[in-house]
Amino acid sequence: MIKVQNVFKSFDSVGVLDDISFEFEQGKNNLIIGQSGSGKTVLLKSIVGLFEIDKGDILYDGASFSSMNLHQRRDIRKEIGMLFQGSALFDWATVEENVRFPLDMFTDMSDKEKSDRVNFCLERVNIEKAHKLLPSEISGGMQKRVAIARAISMKPKYLFCDEPNSGLDPKTSIVIDNLISSITKELNITTIINTHDMNTVTEFGDKILFIANGKKCWEGSKKTIFNSDNDELNQFVFASSVYQKFREQKHSDEK
Amino acid sequence: MIRYFYTSGEYFIFLAKVFSFNNKAKTFYSRLIDEIYALGIQSIGIVTVISAFIGAVITIQTAYNMENPILPDYLVGLATRDSLLLEFSSTIVALILAGKVGSNIASEVGTMRVTEQIDALEIMGVNSASFLVLPKIAAMVIFNPFLAVISMIVGISGGMCVAYLTDIMSFADYVNGIQYAFVPFYVTYSLIKTLFFGFIIASIPAFFGYNVKGGSLEVGRASTKAVVASVILILFVNLILTKIFLS
Repeated sequence: MIKVQNVFKSFDSVGVLDDISFEFEQGKNNLIIGQSGSGKTVLLKSIVGLFEIDKGDILYDGASFSSMNLHQRRDIRKEIGMLFQGSALFDWATVEENVRFPLDMFTDMSDKEKSDRVNFCLERVNIEKAHKLLPSEISGGMQKRVAIARAISMKPKYLFCDEPNSGLDPKTSIVIDNLISSITKELNITTIINTHDMNTVTEFGDKILFIANGKKCWEGSKKTIFNSDNDELNQFVFASSVYQKFREQKHSDEK
Repeated sequence: MIRYFYTSGEYFIFLAKVFSFNNKAKTFYSRLIDEIYALGIQSIGIVTVISAFIGAVITIQTAYNMENPILPDYLVGLATRDSLLLEFSSTIVALILAGKVGSNIASEVGTMRVTEQIDALEIMGVNSASFLVLPKIAAMVIFNPFLAVISMIVGISGGMCVAYLTDIMSFADYVNGIQYAFVPFYVTYSLIKTLFFGFIIASIPAFFGYNVKGGSLEVGRASTKAVVASVILILFVNLILTKIFLS
């Protein structure tokens, strides 16, 4: 479980996060949603320590991340898997080497054990016959799947996904969402997904935090998101004509 | 002015991070071999070509400028040898490498920054600066003296070819000249300089690349800044080392 307590963050005295508090639960798909520029990525990167927060605290299973020294943070980070918006696969390494990288850096496993783990992770994300290819030689969807394989190679306790569907077609997006969701349940890990994809929200939002202009505006789940009276949330959720029609249909059914 | 002090401070903080080595030694050696190949061995070609031509040109120009019966012909060989040993093979080759290797390092590290590959390393708990930059610095410090030695040999050979193939001077005078009044310390002095230059060529561009913020345009700008800063620093360090060792 990850707890965010009264977090503030600014860049050059421009406030980006303003008093955000939330609890991300283990074994659930925790979603951070909001418009572009609302502060989602800054919050996610603050939680993993890529940005230092100005005020507040971030607790990993009760341990304060903000007050940890560099070595303690590195130990926590070995339990973190992260899927970046652009995949962030290493250009200089093949698919296999990318997935193997954390194992080479942090484990004393034998070559055979490492190969088995790499094959297991790649099979888990349905990657076949691409082990020796470079990231530039595979599609965007495959890159995301390889990035997921790399993120889970060390059996993480926490999985962070920054816009996992960005740049993907709807069908591949669903594949990626399903993959993240099933891995979360299977490994019983704390997953935090940063997204503005409404399909992800309605299908996988076990717990949802909505932020606008750096402030927490609403929290709930996929079951309650359509019944909120929060104007900012409704503007975000019903921005698409599909969901507008859905709301109109719902209103007419109620009458 | 304050900005330069600020940047210098950031550079030293960056170096502290680079040298706070906490990654696996096996990984370091594996990357060191890769970097020696990429930054050192792949520079042998350009160093060889430039050194051969410059050695030849120095010989021709010195010969034309010494068309005086009082001055013996073997001085052409001596001048070529000392020009190459004292300045060209260490300093000028370093300036060329600052362009070739420096822009390569800045753009490579900068691209890794903007594509979040450095963030990915940090998230895994890897000291990204040490992992990426230390092997590059070590590779350049180790291999730069070899490049200088190659440059000296090829440059002197370039002059020798001119002496042999043209009639500007006799081959025997050239060979006599390159052996005349030889000071072995010149080679030592030159090789000491290459250690410093190797460090500058790798660390300055890596610093600019590592601190890129933004996108591909900023990577290009960082690359340009890195080359300019490296060139200026090489010239400055050359002045100081020359004062220390030769005065």
